[in-house]
Amino acid sequence: MYDDPNVVLHCEKIDKIYPGTKALDQVSFDLLKAKVNVLIGENGAGKSTLMKMIAGIEQPSAGKMYMGGEEVYFKDTNAARARGIGIIHQELSLFPNLTVYQNIYMCHEQKSGLFLNDRKHVEGAEKILKRLEHEIPPDTLVGDLRVGQQQMVEIARNLIQDDLKVLIMDEPTSSLSAAEVKVLFKIMRELLEQGISIVYISHRLEEIMEIGDHVTILRDGKYVADADVKDITLSWIVENMVGKNTQYHRFERSIDLKSAEKILEINHLSLPKKGGGWLLDDVNMYLKKGEVLGIYGLLGAGRSEVFECLMGMHPECTGEFIFQGKKMNVKNIANQIKNGFALVPEDRQGQGLIQTLDICKNASIASMQNYRSGVFLNSAREGKAVDDQIRDLHIKVADKHLPILSLSGGNQQKVVIAKGLMTSPTVLLMDEPSRGIDIGAKTEVFEIIHEFSERGLSIIVVSSELKEIMAIADRIYVLSNGKLTGELEEAEITEDNLVRASYAGLGTGKSAS
Amino acid sequence: MKKENNNQLLMTLLKGRTFIVLILLVVFFSFASKSFLSLATLTMVAKHVALYGILGLGMTFVIITGGIDLSVGSVVGLTGMLAGGLIQEGLTVGSKTLYFSVPAIIVLMMIFGCLVGCVNGLIVTKLGVAPFIATLGTMYICRGFANLRSGGATFPKLQGFPGLGNTGFKTLGSNWFGVPAGVYIFAILAIISAILLKKVAFGWHVLAVGGNEKSARLSGIKADKVKIIVYMISGFCAAWVGMINTAQLNAAHPASGDGWEMNAIAATVLGGTSMAGGSGTIVGTIVGAFVIGVINDGMTMCGVSEFWQKVIRGLVIILAVVIDQTQRNLQAKMALQARNSGK
Repeated sequence: MYDDPNVVLHCEKIDKIYPGTKALDQVSFDLLKAKVNVLIGENGAGKSTLMKMIAGIEQPSAGKMYMGGEEVYFKDTNAARARGIGIIHQELSLFPNLTVYQNIYMCHEQKSGLFLNDRKHVEGAEKILKRLEHEIPPDTLVGDLRVGQQQMVEIARNLIQDDLKVLIMDEPTSSLSAAEVKVLFKIMRELLEQGISIVYISHRLEEIMEIGDHVTILRDGKYVADADVKDITLSWIVENMVGKNTQYHRFERSIDLKSAEKILEINHLSLPKKGGGWLLDDVNMYLKKGEVLGIYGLLGAGRSEVFECLMGMHPECTGEFIFQGKKMNVKNIANQIKNGFALVPEDRQGQGLIQTLDICKNASIASMQNYRSGVFLNSAREGKAVDDQIRDLHIKVADKHLPILSLSGGNQQKVVIAKGLMTSPTVLLMDEPSRGIDIGAKTEVFEIIHEFSERGLSIIVVSSELKEIMAIADRIYVLSNGKLTGELEEAEITEDNLVRASYAGLGTGKSAS
Repeated sequence: MKKENNNQLLMTLLKGRTFIVLILLVVFFSFASKSFLSLATLTMVAKHVALYGILGLGMTFVIITGGIDLSVGSVVGLTGMLAGGLIQEGLTVGSKTLYFSVPAIIVLMMIFGCLVGCVNGLIVTKLGVAPFIATLGTMYICRGFANLRSGGATFPKLQGFPGLGNTGFKTLGSNWFGVPAGVYIFAILAIISAILLKKVAFGWHVLAVGGNEKSARLSGIKADKVKIIVYMISGFCAAWVGMINTAQLNAAHPASGDGWEMNAIAATVLGGTSMAGGSGTIVGTIVGAFVIGVINDGMTMCGVSEFWQKVIRGLVIILAVVIDQTQRNLQAKMALQARNSGK
């Protein structure tokens, strides 16, 4: 039994177990009535997962939820919506092939008799969009709108619900301009006055300070702390978000990086965003020989895009690359591998591995050209090259012809790294190299990075995990919203500096215009 | 500014392209073959168009959800055989033989068509088989059963027996006031389909599932149910074509409808329905069916060999899709322009 008039929804010890990971671990959460309840945490902390439970998109593995003193269970989104719970998704969930009014009224169709009443739809859509100060013609196709406008349509969809009690907003401002954010906040305040409770997930700390009432912090699927916004500071948030326990040992460098030559320079790199704006906005970077360079930033800051431009995946990017003193013409991936670049991609299953091939082939596939005898593949040479890598990287395999999926996540990742190393790169690009692997394997991957950099390999590591990037990188660039907002070295590398820089490019209103 | 107007004009032309092509074809064939514009020819063309058109209606729903239904041609054959068999031999249960009246047979066949569609839908949604494979399987199964029903033989002369009260099936294949019955049925089904797609919530849900299935689920649409229903509609339409075709021939042949699924898909795609799902109209499919019908019959009348007909039909379909993509690209470009000039 749980009954508190100030709490509209209470979660009691919620667990959510996915195969292999525990996304939520005994999380209890009070959703305060007519307040902006803010959820904060690093990527993968469990914020979105918790919200999916409340919105009925996914169901808890264990634990209970209460509304108004009675237990509730949402088997799907309709059940949650019947209780007045609406959600604005992190990724837009609109129908680009349909009109604005069809999107707004999808599943809330207005009918006269059996038939749809499109006049009502259009009028209702006009009214709601006017309230949002975005008078988009309701019969425009949503696919033709720019992202900020689409976000407004997504918001409008939730506002047409008459009995809305709880509105969950999962990073609603990530694609809005400053002016649009202002409108959104105005609407949010109106909703609060109507007694509607809001859950607000955002990475933009200054927004949280402006609009939030109560903050709850999650870390690694666990509840960490909660407090009223008026009682807290930015440092308090960062401290709780990152935690103190997991410390990685920082590596000592024997190379004198001060005098090392610049092997790669990236000048004025820009990458346009579909639908306006920039994914990368005039970014300048350099990399020294034997250096481990970190790139830190929040989701969507443009971290992976730097790599994609370097590998020739975005022919539309502009800028200049100077590699080993010469201007480098980036054509396509195959050419970049030849030039001496190798990428360890972020999405291991989707981009790093070919699940149907065995360990050996997965490792050798990018450097297959080197093991040819005439037109045929020389298996002996291929096998030897793979064996060398297995020994070098300490990959734990019984037989290199076993399926790749028979390995643990950490060893799979090492195979992906081996694949990159087998092309004998000059520059190794690693996108979130420690994602989804256990702590032991993480340490091993970091040791590999350190070892190869000591041998003179230049490495760029993208990471969204503060502790990790601080442990391995000699120098860190911080990206925010496509712009370079910080370059930190040695003593400057602190959590506070990194976090501050990663928010610096936000809220300037340039993102979506 | 002038360029924008040009784009607008091009856009209008592109949108009406199938209709323009249809008019051009009719004009061309009326010059190429003197007898093309005669009443007899037009009646024949209408008869064929109705068959492809009805299949196309069902196919439109399926393709909008991002699926495909290859089984319709075989369902045409199988329903024809089942209907023909019921008229000639009745249904033998134990020692008794039951004969059904024609209206009862029609109702049974409609139910049967829905049932096949339901099976297709269940295989696609519940077993997660790709629509192409699922319906390829049921295509072979239905064709097999159509042959098994009679051991490969034809049921000829389906006028029925007055004594058994099952006469009148031929009406479906005859002319009513000079117009083939199939054309009336096509018209009625087309109106119902247009209403389903445009005027009721189900139509929105079909478009939503085709446009973005994940979003559709998150919005509370029961995507599996929607998919099952579209395959049922397709099966229902195929059953009607099976009956009309059998009545027109006054005989049920197990090979009937062989390859017609391709005509239905062609009509749908010519009508502007996107194979990727998410967009399509009933009017488009109707025009598409006319184009297919006019090309087929027109070429035959002009004495084009069956082999060349196939080549030309193939070219027309590829061209149609290329133009469709051009239109989409242009539309996206214009939207971008409008967005930029709006700021």
